[in-house]
Amino acid sequence: MSTAKPTLQRRPLVKKILEGADDNLLVIAGLGSSNWDITAAGDRPLNMPLWGSMGATVSMGLGLALAQPSKRVLVITGDADLMMTLGALATVAAQSPDNLAICVLDNEKYGETGNQASHTSPRNNGPTDSGSGADLAMVAKGCGFADTGTVRDQADVAQLVKDLRTRKGPVFRLVKVMVEKLEFVMPPQDGAHLKDRFRQALLGSA
Amino acid sequence: MTEWRDQIFEVLQDHDIKQVYHVPDAGHARVIELCQKSNSIRTLALTTEEEGIPLAAGAWLGGQRSALLMQSSGVGNTINLMGMTKTLRFPFLTLITMRGEPGEFNSWQYPMGQGTPKVLEAMGVLVMSVDKAEDVKQTVDHAARSAFNGGQAVAVLLRQKLIGIKNFGKSK
Repeated sequence: MSTAKPTLQRRPLVKKILEGADDNLLVIAGLGSSNWDITAAGDRPLNMPLWGSMGATVSMGLGLALAQPSKRVLVITGDADLMMTLGALATVAAQSPDNLAICVLDNEKYGETGNQASHTSPRNNGPTDSGSGADLAMVAKGCGFADTGTVRDQADVAQLVKDLRTRKGPVFRLVKVMVEKLEFVMPPQDGAHLKDRFRQALLGSA
Repeated sequence: MTEWRDQIFEVLQDHDIKQVYHVPDAGHARVIELCQKSNSIRTLALTTEEEGIPLAAGAWLGGQRSALLMQSSGVGNTINLMGMTKTLRFPFLTLITMRGEPGEFNSWQYPMGQGTPKVLEAMGVLVMSVDKAEDVKQTVDHAARSAFNGGQAVAVLLRQKLIGIKNFGKSK
């Protein structure tokens, strides 16, 4: 496992991933930074940004992908959110929806609580900043994903975007991103409103 | 007697439920098997009951109805995410086979079994209960109506008296 410091910045990366998003792209983002990231890229009704419910993101994407097999479903979330329900990856692999892509932005930290080390941080990183060196792409592979990968370099971003948007799913991509202090860019908070506007845009009625 | 179990499956079909989530369970085994064999229902085995709540939310976002089949011991695994039914306000139906009720053999089942109705109510879930075979069909049907027509989060407790006491191979 590489120990080089990540250089990718999450905001421009997510903007690139969502560029030109149309009605065929349904996006679910995990709580905290991933939520602010997709919102910074442009709030839209077919975004479902979570404000809580840590550990729910991947499963929500699966339920949606199975209900809407003709749409592309993209889950964007963080390492610690996924770590909370690793078993959900096995459930995705068992169902194997070809329209689902999962992008994990791994900064090896709990960004919202003060950047404490998550389990994806290296093991011997001092008394306050050590994790287990967990490799979530390997976890996904071990759970049964046939298509997994890790992205660290700007040169691989164009291919990453293509894979997340168009490649036959289920696709799992781990992206190592920098720890940054970024502006909070917040979508509406009311969950019922977020759900209703999503259903209105997708189904024509809430 | 499997009749009331078949009726549960029929009610799920009648209410156009498209996704059924479960963790393997002896009490629900017949219904799970019928769902697995059905052409109109997608059956998902979970690693933990907790997955069932966001799955149901995602299915509803995409316009599909779902149901979560679990045992009372699994209810505790769902409680934080059960809050999503309140924050997102989406219809949610769960059928729960009870353990840890009077007559239970296994002491490890009592804490969560006895806590089940209380924690569900604490999370704002409408709790219904059935302990007679002849009441199962109507109770589950009413629960599905409250969920999908009335927009509520609803749990039906299938009482141990109804399911029978697991005896671990002992005759008494």
